[in-house]
Amino acid sequence: MRTTTVVIGAGHAGLAMSHCLTSRSVDHVVLERGEVANSWKTERWDSLRLLTPNWQSRLPGYGYEGADPDGFRTMPETIAFIERYAERCAAPVEIHTAVTSVRSEDDGYRVSTSRGDWRCRTVVLATGACNIPSVPAVAAALPPGILTLTPMEYRNPDQVPEGGVLIVGASATGTQLAEELQHAGRPVTLAVGEHVRAPRTYRGRDIKWWMDAAGVMDDRYDDQDDIVRARHVPSMQLAGSPERRTLDLNRLTKLGVRLTGRLAGIRDGQALFSGSLRNQCDLADLKMDRLLDRIDQWATESGLDGDTDPPHRFEPTRVERTPPLALDLTNGEMRTVIWATGFRPDYSWLDVPVLDRKARIKHDGGVVEAPGMYVMGIPFLRRRKSTFIDGAGDDARDLSSHLASYLNGDASHA
Amino acid sequence: MATTKNPVDNGVNVEALLGAREALSQTPEAAKFTWRATCEWKKGTQSRSTVEGFYGLGAEQHHKSKFTFDADHPEVFASEDTGATPVEIALAALASCLTAGIAAVAQHRAIQLHRVTATIEGGMDIHGILGMDSDVRNGFDGIKVSYDIDADATPAEIRAVVAQSQKRSAVYDLITNPTNVTVEVK
Repeated sequence: MRTTTVVIGAGHAGLAMSHCLTSRSVDHVVLERGEVANSWKTERWDSLRLLTPNWQSRLPGYGYEGADPDGFRTMPETIAFIERYAERCAAPVEIHTAVTSVRSEDDGYRVSTSRGDWRCRTVVLATGACNIPSVPAVAAALPPGILTLTPMEYRNPDQVPEGGVLIVGASATGTQLAEELQHAGRPVTLAVGEHVRAPRTYRGRDIKWWMDAAGVMDDRYDDQDDIVRARHVPSMQLAGSPERRTLDLNRLTKLGVRLTGRLAGIRDGQALFSGSLRNQCDLADLKMDRLLDRIDQWATESGLDGDTDPPHRFEPTRVERTPPLALDLTNGEMRTVIWATGFRPDYSWLDVPVLDRKARIKHDGGVVEAPGMYVMGIPFLRRRKSTFIDGAGDDARDLSSHLASYLNGDASHA
Repeated sequence: MATTKNPVDNGVNVEALLGAREALSQTPEAAKFTWRATCEWKKGTQSRSTVEGFYGLGAEQHHKSKFTFDADHPEVFASEDTGATPVEIALAALASCLTAGIAAVAQHRAIQLHRVTATIEGGMDIHGILGMDSDVRNGFDGIKVSYDIDADATPAEIRAVVAQSQKRSAVYDLITNPTNVTVEVK
């Protein structure tokens, strides 16, 4: 089978690209290992809601059409939203078509799938940033009898036996699961490394509204002092909830969650934690204040100060004087460990040498080193918002423009 | 950027450090360093440690001169007190590492430092080292570092420099995190 462009992945990013390619009359196909919005259907826990408000899902030719623009989508609502987008843009999606390899061939690529091969000149990798849970190597030293779960396996508290839970990682996933499991009567210990603190609302508006309006989400990859660092900043400690509650470490402490430093090792059945908790919290408090400073400055410049609540700062993160440095995993109190330690993309099917020594794809704003290959939906690809539904549109517009120039033989690939 | 002279000078060559970072991203093997010290027993609890050579950037390296560190125990431990107690050397190492980091981070952020003073203390219950109470660890029960900094920056900027220094400090890392230690006898 032949086409001009193969898009791999029918999530919001692949569909946004499909929409842009259609409007440029670029012949293409979207290959999907499962069904449209597959990861949302199969790899998310039951209570999860998007952490961006409903209105903040502007895609090319599509957007939120319901009556609750400031609400946060549940998973079924997210799936329905993306499915409707696929219908709306009549995306040429081939479902249940798993890509097994992508190889260079002649002046393009051969994409082998579970349902035959495709030949194409250009290929867009829209398989997402969260394919494989990153579980640290120390997991191998866990004593027997401890149940371990990744966020992809976790669905709800019924899966988790009575008794203590150690959640490793305090970003959006770790803090949300900590809250849910503590509520469900499982005493949670949360191991906290580097994290990004944020209030749900600030000065009467959603933090995501502020970040969008003040241009923070539009920060470009080529304006960053250290883009490698920017691409590895953890997700913000945020949750989408109808009551718009802030989910920070102070809230978790109040609920009874025990905070420790980063999990530094497991030795003789003891989990060992770093003594750096105080500094990790200081770093996060300072970083949050810098974000709020930027928002305040923008509000003043934009003449919004009269229309919003006055600026204020939040209570610093409370850390007990001597947080625990070790936790016995063998005395029966701890039953479960959840690895909320992030995700990485799966490029195991990519037989083109474009990965660096850390298995990261080498690209310039989504333009991969191999000619005619593009990637979407990974952290800070072109903008801070690149991994968000709301960010796929601008990236798809830019990259489809580059792709069209490439097809036209334009050497500058503007 | 290279043409404008940074008026801030903390005596740290940040350009060289950034250049090294760039070079090492191309040749990750050169980033493997081995640090060494030798230690000779004198008498009693006295010893003298020496550092001279180390390995890095793919080759043997040498300090400009040999540095020695005399260690002993104080008279309250019935020793002669001819040098610092080893745990004090550990505290000095942590303070030196954090302070060097503060200078480098401040330089990178164009913050002029005028004075940086650290006071560092580690609490210890010697029931541990005396083997009198197995519930008490040998090492510090906590370390507290207080910085007094005069710099051309806001208090929040200064706190951010100190926090970033901790984040990038080798000694802070090796004190706050476990490290496998292998001791052999020839």
